[in-house]
Amino acid sequence: MSEQATYRPGELEAEAQAADNRNRWILALPAVVIITLAAAGPLLVMVVYSFLTPGDYGNVVWKFSLEGWMNTLVQRDIFDDTLIWADAHLSIFWRSFSLSLITTVLTLIFGVPTAWFIATRPPGKREFWLFLITVPFWTNLLVRTIAIQELLRSEGVINLILLKLGIIDAPIQMMFTNFAIGFGMTYVYLPLMVLPVYAAVDKLDFRLVEAAHDLYAGRWTAFRRVILPLIKPGIIAGSILVFIPSLGAYVTPRVLGGGKNLMFGNLIELQFGQGRNWPLGAALSLMLMAAVMIALMWYVRVTSREQSDG
Amino acid sequence: MADARPQKPQKGYSVRTLPGFAVVAIFTLITLYAPIAILVTFSFNAGTSMAIWEGFSLRWYQQAAANEAVQDAAVRSLFLALVAASVATVAATMAALATTRTRHFPGKTMIYALINQPLMVPEIVTAVALLIVFAAIKVWTGHTSMIYLIVAHTAFCVPFAYLPIRARLETMDTSLETAAQDLYASRWLTFRRVTLPLMWPGIVAGLMLAFVISLDDVVITEFVKSAGQETLPTFMLGQLRRVVTPEVNAISTVILLAGAILVSLFFRLTSKRG
Repeated sequence: MSEQATYRPGELEAEAQAADNRNRWILALPAVVIITLAAAGPLLVMVVYSFLTPGDYGNVVWKFSLEGWMNTLVQRDIFDDTLIWADAHLSIFWRSFSLSLITTVLTLIFGVPTAWFIATRPPGKREFWLFLITVPFWTNLLVRTIAIQELLRSEGVINLILLKLGIIDAPIQMMFTNFAIGFGMTYVYLPLMVLPVYAAVDKLDFRLVEAAHDLYAGRWTAFRRVILPLIKPGIIAGSILVFIPSLGAYVTPRVLGGGKNLMFGNLIELQFGQGRNWPLGAALSLMLMAAVMIALMWYVRVTSREQSDG
Repeated sequence: MADARPQKPQKGYSVRTLPGFAVVAIFTLITLYAPIAILVTFSFNAGTSMAIWEGFSLRWYQQAAANEAVQDAAVRSLFLALVAASVATVAATMAALATTRTRHFPGKTMIYALINQPLMVPEIVTAVALLIVFAAIKVWTGHTSMIYLIVAHTAFCVPFAYLPIRARLETMDTSLETAAQDLYASRWLTFRRVTLPLMWPGIVAGLMLAFVISLDDVVITEFVKSAGQETLPTFMLGQLRRVVTPEVNAISTVILLAGAILVSLFFRLTSKRG
């Protein structure tokens, strides 16, 4: 009794709270250690590597240099040492950005009607349609890309059908083009658009659409003035969810774009392979990561606003 | 439509219908499955073409099954996925217990951000960062076993295992655990007999998701693997540079089937009835 009296008010609770915090940290420790070792930590090492000098056969020499970062945008002329824009890099950045944008627009065109269609099915059947969208998403990305490759090949199904129908005389070269990359990315990332738009349409209050019709709005006006503003958060979320992996895509452009139509991810790989310029590769990786982070922060802002709205 | 039948605008008129949307949706869904269907179909082709049907045959499956490189890669993929997914699920279960059903505690946000970090960064970036670090370790120690692949796979599997487990914990009824403790069960006994059985569907779902993610990975594996450590996906990626035969389709079909079964089971477990 006398011993307990020596505790100040709240001290026991505070101690229990501290013990609880400690236990929670110990529980989380394995996950924290694994990810620090093999995901977050290496990113910090990469920051250091981006400021080093490339070794002759890959890897790095431990000598400070800003060349890695400079080489992302400019290169030295081999004859007179002047700095010129690295056109090859700039065109790859542009291809990555524009193809990601095109992919986003295409997934919007096909994804929004699909999401609308699923969300307007009878409640009991929606799960089935959603399942149809989700299964391809969780199946192997490489396998889905291979499926597209076989479709687009010169001796593939599309060319064969067009030849048989007499529409073309010779196979169209579709593989190893920007078209192939855009087509492939639209195909593999489409579910990322459908799911958030579906969630938005699912929450839509259809009485508002009825009200619009009562006020003599046609279907198109009701869609443009009532439905679209209400499902906008889902559309923005879906767009960012498609844009981010498109920008960082590696497998799809490698398989469908070939060696000439590189995207950002393939440019990074090149520096660790034939390019033998690890500091440049590290700097490019950090640039890509920064671009993705900006898009993600926008996403968080949009989705948190959506939550506070409704 | 409303203008055409002004007399009875209610009949057959639904605000849920938008012109052309159903057509686009059906077209999209067909397009989503057509390439996969073609790929699977031609895995059973008797000829070498992937566009001209020459009769049913299992020759590409037999050829793939007899190919030692394929056997080797398949065993390695399964071993890797099993080890990485199991370790990741244990770590994720512990982390989920640590970060749910509590008020804010110092470091909670940090733990949460760290666990989700692999999802935020493009895979190619994580892959080259791991290449940098592991290359240094490989040179320094001269050790080139599967441990690098296991560690890398475990790390990116953790967030995938964590999500369903956390979702399960958050919807669990805490009063059952309180009841157990009221009945003089120790904390360990409560965990083993009440908490663990209740969160089990979440754990199994997490394990399956992590397994699929590890089995499918190609980017990180491609950059981390040492010589002679091909997994099934990296083996296939390498094959694409050569003359492609329906053998690739046969392997793809098996991977698709395995993935589809696991994902269906995953949905079963995480659906509201589960």
